[in-house]
Amino acid sequence: MNKHNITGKAMEYWQKDIETLNREGLNKLQLERLKKTIELAGNSPFYSKIFKENGITTNSIQSLDDLQKIPFTTKDDLRNNYPFGMAAIPIKDCVRIHSSSGTTGNPTVVLHSARDLEQWANQVARCMYMVGIRDTDVFQNTSGYGMFTGGLGFQYGAEKLGCLTVPAAAGNTKRQIKFIQDFGTTCLHIIPSYATRLAEVMYEMGIDPRRDTKLHTFCIGAEPHSEEQRQRIEQLMGIKAYNCFGMSEMNGPGVAFECTEQNGLHIWEDNVIVEIIDPLTLQPVKEGEVGELVLTTINREAMPLFRYRTRDLTCVLPGECPCGRTHKRLSRFKGRSDDMIILKGVNLFPIQIEKILMQFKELGSNYLITIETVGNNDEMLIEVELSDLFTDDYSVLQRLTKEITRQLKDELLLTPHLKLVAKGSLPTQDGKAVRVKDLRKLS
Amino acid sequence: MTVNQISIFLENKYGKLSEILAMLAEEKIRIIAATVADTSEYGILRIIVSEPQKAYKILKSNNVSANLTDVLAIVTNSCAGSFAQTLSSFTKAGLSIEYMYCFSINGKSILILRTNNREAAREVIRRNSLEYICESDLVKL
Repeated sequence: MNKHNITGKAMEYWQKDIETLNREGLNKLQLERLKKTIELAGNSPFYSKIFKENGITTNSIQSLDDLQKIPFTTKDDLRNNYPFGMAAIPIKDCVRIHSSSGTTGNPTVVLHSARDLEQWANQVARCMYMVGIRDTDVFQNTSGYGMFTGGLGFQYGAEKLGCLTVPAAAGNTKRQIKFIQDFGTTCLHIIPSYATRLAEVMYEMGIDPRRDTKLHTFCIGAEPHSEEQRQRIEQLMGIKAYNCFGMSEMNGPGVAFECTEQNGLHIWEDNVIVEIIDPLTLQPVKEGEVGELVLTTINREAMPLFRYRTRDLTCVLPGECPCGRTHKRLSRFKGRSDDMIILKGVNLFPIQIEKILMQFKELGSNYLITIETVGNNDEMLIEVELSDLFTDDYSVLQRLTKEITRQLKDELLLTPHLKLVAKGSLPTQDGKAVRVKDLRKLS
Repeated sequence: MTVNQISIFLENKYGKLSEILAMLAEEKIRIIAATVADTSEYGILRIIVSEPQKAYKILKSNNVSANLTDVLAIVTNSCAGSFAQTLSSFTKAGLSIEYMYCFSINGKSILILRTNNREAAREVIRRNSLEYICESDLVKL
């Protein structure tokens, strides 16, 4: 560990031997850990049944390819085995429980042993060190604490790294700014939309974050965002922002993280085995193609998961990373396999549409995309709520409709039918907005 | 010289207009004049009511997309040519009419109109000594 080497030069690693381990070494380590995990998982009520049904023993796994003999695990499996049906060790040996933010039915919970937490903290520290955060930094975490993993996950990681860690938690912008100024905060963990908001408030207060604060590094994640949004945050704040990826099922933050190259997120293959599959055929995609990320934990004891379908769409970037790390790089996430729309041969994600709609202050935040077959044509209808009636003039509404349509067309390469609707008129399901309705008849 | 008109965004859906009128009826708001213009997908309901501010609050609290606009309210009579004469004073001043509707009440004809230049329109009314009504007159109508 070269923890105290703070010369700022590249090629500094938290765990050089692991981070730069060659492919052969990584494969060997993965197979070893996979076998161990299978042995352990035999103790979980869920996997003992799965293994029995599929004739899986440690002996049936002779190479990493043999992983494919094990069926996928889904979020529904976690829900159906709520709360402790996935545990591979006695509950008395677990020391922490986290849960997802799911709003329908049972949440998905993840159990951790003391070793799991130690391992997770190390992984987060590794990520933070990779983007240049050191024990001399003041790290403020604006994530919600509690069951959500972004709070404690970063807290333990930052403490492990040795940062002065500020568990500011979410909200109360004025107080966040006061801490940033009074404590000399240098790094933030923040969701992208809130970073923009924070910058706005600072400028309103007459604070120029580039001049009046010591901020230099942001870890941004927990919500999908575009490269443009990252650059905007960087410019407004005068900092470097790094994309972080995590999910509670895989501990939380730190699963994959950008290095200073800002070109793809290194996913830590000493802890997980990465597969990218076609979400329809469930077969592996060709190298470099976009598909659903499937992960297997190989360094977790309380609750191992095999071939967990994350529903996140990404691809593995080709080539070696100039930073020297050998762990695979994932592209910026391209959406979710469960909301991808394929229309007229074009693959679309609701976030592309949302990105454009949200630029219009005349619009509210609720919208509904409907795909339906009209005659022989599949058509897209986008209904979006007005934030309020800002005019009593038709021509203004018509011009607005036209302008939104034009921008959507540029982005989607097809022309949707845009319809303005009254505030509060779009359906919600259990309070959560419904975004996509596909009414096509698939023969 | 001007009164507050309420414009309401209406979706072309069965029962929408009744729903909004019922909200106002329940709070004893009197509708003095109303007009609906529509496109294939939505309409704008424009109304002049006895208590515009109160009506606006009621609509807001019911989460209705609505907007308060100043419109001119000019009194004419029902003689032939009076309507034409009134409008021509605006035309002569170089003003365009964005929209207009009228109604009769207690023997008076009242012209509601919106022009492309509010200040110039006020000036036309002053110069030509046109009769008008104000917000405070609405309750009495």
